[in-house]
Amino acid sequence: MGLCAKDLLDMGQLSPEEIELILQTGKEMKTIIKRDIKKVPTLRGKTMVTLFYEPSTRTRTSFELAGKYMSADVVNISTSASSVVKGESIKDTGMTLQMMGMDLVVIRHNMAGAPHLLAKNLKARVINGGDGFHEHPTQALLDMMTIKDKLGGFAGLKVAIIGDILHSRVARSNLSGLIKMGAQVWICGPPTLIPPGLEKLGAKVTYSMEEALRGAQVVMMLRIQLERQKAGMFPTLREYSRIFGLNSQNLKLADKDCLVMHPGPINRGLELSGEVADCSQSLINEQVTNGVSVRMALLYLMLGQKGE
Amino acid sequence: MEYILKGGVVIDPKAGLEKELDVHVKDGRIAALGENLVAKGIETFDLQGKLVAPGFIDMHVHLREPGGEAHETIATGCRAAAAGGFATVAAMPNTNPCVDNEGVVELIKSKAQKAGLSRVLPIGTISKGQLGQEMAEIGMLYEAGVVAISDDGKPVVSSEVMRRALEYSKMYACPVISHCEDPSLVAGGVMNEGYWSTVLGLKGIPGEAEEIMVIRDILLARLTGGRLHLAHISTKGSVELLRFARTQGIAVTAEATPHHILLTDEEVKGYDTSTKVNPPLRAAEDVEAVREAVMEGLIPCIVTDHAPWSQEEKEQEYAKAPNGISGLETAVPVCWNTLVVKGGMSRLDFVARFTTGPAKALGVPYGSLEVGGTADITVIDPNMKKRVSTDTFYSKGKNSPLNGRVFQGWPVMTVVDGKIVMQDGKIREV
Repeated sequence: MGLCAKDLLDMGQLSPEEIELILQTGKEMKTIIKRDIKKVPTLRGKTMVTLFYEPSTRTRTSFELAGKYMSADVVNISTSASSVVKGESIKDTGMTLQMMGMDLVVIRHNMAGAPHLLAKNLKARVINGGDGFHEHPTQALLDMMTIKDKLGGFAGLKVAIIGDILHSRVARSNLSGLIKMGAQVWICGPPTLIPPGLEKLGAKVTYSMEEALRGAQVVMMLRIQLERQKAGMFPTLREYSRIFGLNSQNLKLADKDCLVMHPGPINRGLELSGEVADCSQSLINEQVTNGVSVRMALLYLMLGQKGE
Repeated sequence: MEYILKGGVVIDPKAGLEKELDVHVKDGRIAALGENLVAKGIETFDLQGKLVAPGFIDMHVHLREPGGEAHETIATGCRAAAAGGFATVAAMPNTNPCVDNEGVVELIKSKAQKAGLSRVLPIGTISKGQLGQEMAEIGMLYEAGVVAISDDGKPVVSSEVMRRALEYSKMYACPVISHCEDPSLVAGGVMNEGYWSTVLGLKGIPGEAEEIMVIRDILLARLTGGRLHLAHISTKGSVELLRFARTQGIAVTAEATPHHILLTDEEVKGYDTSTKVNPPLRAAEDVEAVREAVMEGLIPCIVTDHAPWSQEEKEQEYAKAPNGISGLETAVPVCWNTLVVKGGMSRLDFVARFTTGPAKALGVPYGSLEVGGTADITVIDPNMKKRVSTDTFYSKGKNSPLNGRVFQGWPVMTVVDGKIVMQDGKIREV
């Protein structure tokens, strides 16, 4: 069994069974990363490219290593050093890569829907590595793998996602995936950073950290971009941190063993106190490892099975 | 040239006429209306089962020339208009250079005359360079032949400039067409703000960005007594404000587009950039309110806001792609299907939205079938069902979210000044 669609563009397209399959496969892949010789021949002869229109450390590296651990040939393109600066359209860039024989393109773009545009025009498979404020499905999958690993499942869990929801693709993907798997998702942040319609998506919305944290089994903190303050979304970073920052004090409101997660990179002392970031409940480093595993799983399911 | 249109149902809202009659056209005029006109030796067209209406007027199109010839020219835009059943179109002035001087007005008039199809009425800008700062030479533009002034595409942000334009233009029969948008509230938005903008992660534009300007301009019309026409109304709130204006006795006219009475913001799902338009496709309750206002006549004009774009422009990331829908060749069937077939609107009211409504808003002598008047005629086959295919558009702009959909009620003949410019969907070249 593989995945239904040619591409992975958002969490909405995945069935619960497909999500389970990805997470299960990710778990198996994790054993490869822990080996001394981290290489299997599964994707030998397959070619993939990471096409990043935005800076990224962990997502790009994670995809690159996932491909390499499985013997795929991986090419990285950052648009600042490509024909994109010469004004090439995304469709033409994609076509060029396809004609060179690429089997799969991972795209990161600052505009929502860019992966859809690419997917519509290419025969090669496309994975959305984060598009604007839309979705970041592989981040949600690695977060879900982390949760499942620790808590065994999702049904009935209270998960609080806290911070700048309006501009967060991580929040949208997690919301979609977690609700589909039966979790109860609470969204919390200042009203200026909460978009309309979240209740219709099945979330519970609150402006109170206390309400969001109380009894939560998982807390996901989101990175607050410094430019949001300049755009007038909240008065000062100091006030934001005081009201919506997670620290060892308010973390006590949550379940005793509540998992603390963050997609990174973190603003230490802003949305997350250093103490909490480094505490035993924090899974921030675990998330990074699972990021490679889950991406290996996806590459395997999307590229590895056909014709074998 | 002389001929008789035989056996169709004549629908003329100005005369309140809805009757099976023959129409005798001679030398560019309506020579006679009557039953069983004798047609000895004169060419006759059998229009049994068809509707014969005054030539439709679209008071809001973008023909892109000068400056945007890659997207449309006056010649191709006129072909699209004729094919879509429009005898007259009013061309918005946001060209490059924009229509803020007589020279560009002359250019448009001469290009339109050369095209020799639908009539083009130029619209001039409100402000010099469409910058919203100083009034354009409104008097000279009017004398050169503009029928209205508008900075369409951009709002006039300064209330003072808008006030003066409404005041100054009072000495001419020249309405001020307002593109209602508060840019500070739009703030880079690319679709309607709501559930779908959240799901799609696209920056939203609240309806209030339109409504704030709608009420501002209504109040400025009250202050000045100027002739205000509100372009492309798209929200329920704007409809309520129009109703307020009416109850207060403030003279304001308004228009709506076929896409705003049919399509909701859910269409943006999938990031098809042909759904990107300004104002954006709105929520279902807005679409319903605007549709009802059109049916009721609170919004007396239907316009296409025809905004053609080349494929390259639209094949971009959603946020980057330009706004606009190529609408001339789908407006009549979309509206017939939506308003008459599904909405139960009367045929007279339907025709009025495309004829007397815009003719009155612009103050132009078209839009009726009076004997002795200009022979502008639109013939509709109310039963014809056809699939929209952008490949067959005469317009250069194939950017339509309606491609592939089936609609009922297509124009089958367009007559301008007595000349048959379109028959059975095909342009008749001169």
